[in-house]
Amino acid sequence: MEKAIIVDNVSMRFNLASERVDNIKELLIRKLKLKNATFEEFWALRDISFSIAKGESCALIGANGSGKSTMLKIISGVLTPTKGRVAVNGSIAPLIELGAGFDYELTGRENIFLNGAILGHSKRLMLAKYDEIVEFSELKDFIDVPVKNYSSGMVARLGFSIATIVKPEILIVDEILAVGDQAFQNKCHKRMEEMMNGGTTVVLVSHSAADIKRICSKAVWIDRGNMRFVGDVDEALKYYQHTDT
Amino acid sequence: MIKNLKQLWGYNWLLQELIVRDLKIKYRRSVLGYLWSVLNPLLMMTIMTIVFSNMFRFDIPNYPVYLLAGQLIYTFFSESTSMAMYSILGGAALIKKVYLPKYIFPLSRVLSCFTTMLFSMLALFIVMMATATSFHITLVLLPVVLIYLLLFCIGFGLLLSVLMVFFQDMQHLYGVFLTAFNYLTPIFYPANLLPPWLQNLLVLNPLYDIITIFRKVVIYGEWPTLTEHLLCICFSMGVLILGVRVFKKNQNKFILYV
Repeated sequence: MEKAIIVDNVSMRFNLASERVDNIKELLIRKLKLKNATFEEFWALRDISFSIAKGESCALIGANGSGKSTMLKIISGVLTPTKGRVAVNGSIAPLIELGAGFDYELTGRENIFLNGAILGHSKRLMLAKYDEIVEFSELKDFIDVPVKNYSSGMVARLGFSIATIVKPEILIVDEILAVGDQAFQNKCHKRMEEMMNGGTTVVLVSHSAADIKRICSKAVWIDRGNMRFVGDVDEALKYYQHTDT
Repeated sequence: MIKNLKQLWGYNWLLQELIVRDLKIKYRRSVLGYLWSVLNPLLMMTIMTIVFSNMFRFDIPNYPVYLLAGQLIYTFFSESTSMAMYSILGGAALIKKVYLPKYIFPLSRVLSCFTTMLFSMLALFIVMMATATSFHITLVLLPVVLIYLLLFCIGFGLLLSVLMVFFQDMQHLYGVFLTAFNYLTPIFYPANLLPPWLQNLLVLNPLYDIITIFRKVVIYGEWPTLTEHLLCICFSMGVLILGVRVFKKNQNKFILYV
């Protein structure tokens, strides 16, 4: 079976923030002390290997701070792993945070195009999908208002509508997103399920066992940066919940 | 190299959108809008001409044009490099969320300033017409000179954006540097005002080399010499290559610092 994502022995090291040198004074002090940098290393991930086949849905599970989101960022290319390698086969759409690319001075309309460009879509595609985005977001009356005057719910609605307009080959989801009021949340859920059901490869991070079971067939359990289990989703959840409680 | 250029082409729409955003935001909600790009240099020139033709008397024919030409280039340099310097930090929210080629941030900033400068260049032509300065055939070289300038500023901007991520002291240092650089470059005074030894060193100031051939081409109607071209090419390409290298080497670490 063809693989969509191959994670090969990936490790990620961070130097803790207290050790960060970002001005000249600190650098000089450290050089002068001649102390061989008391680096406080932190391995967010250690030797993680797994692969996801095309069309397969895989969940990453684990406690808070275990490295799931770091793994997602490495897969989507935002972070470069310290060691190891990730091979990705297909177009990726990260649904990590909505509205990250918004410029609050620009209007909703201008932001739709800016955000589309950031997500790597073509101008032609955005022109074609523009009406659909506006309609889904229910922001027709506010589309020429600067986004800084939007309520946070409106920003999230616009962000969601842009981010989910195209069905990518690989969808990366950090928690199932549902924004806005109840009615809009239902719409979001419906759209997410549509995106995740039709043959798309999905990598999902979630704390909801119900969501995971419904969507994924496979799970990777990461515990404090170490991989504890890869395989069937029910089994993974069983192990994970046993150790957790 | 070719791979990189291809990638840049793939992101060309994003680049356009970012440039348009910068331009839109710069003059959004000001009544005169883009007209400011022309008015601003004109007003600056007026003030400096009044100051310098009364307080200090420089022996420069058509002082307003001489001044404006230098001022245009210098303003573009200082604006574009300062904006590029903040670009990575400013794009932090995006860099943390989506994969994008990171050079797109400083590059779009320099290019949007470049567009503004092209508007401002109208001011120069207006003043030239007002002072009955003749236009010369050498103007055909203007695009070449502008390309030297653009490449130099892109390279310098890339360097600064990297430095700024790791040493935030840069934002304070750079302001001082820009002031010093302004006085060290014959923008509002003639080069022969400097002591001879300093005049000899002036060729090492890339901005001065560019301003010199800019003035020759636009105001004086002289063809720049081969040496002058070579100097500009060496500085522009040198700084650009250095900038690209340093940027490439460090770009993966940005996310840990922004």
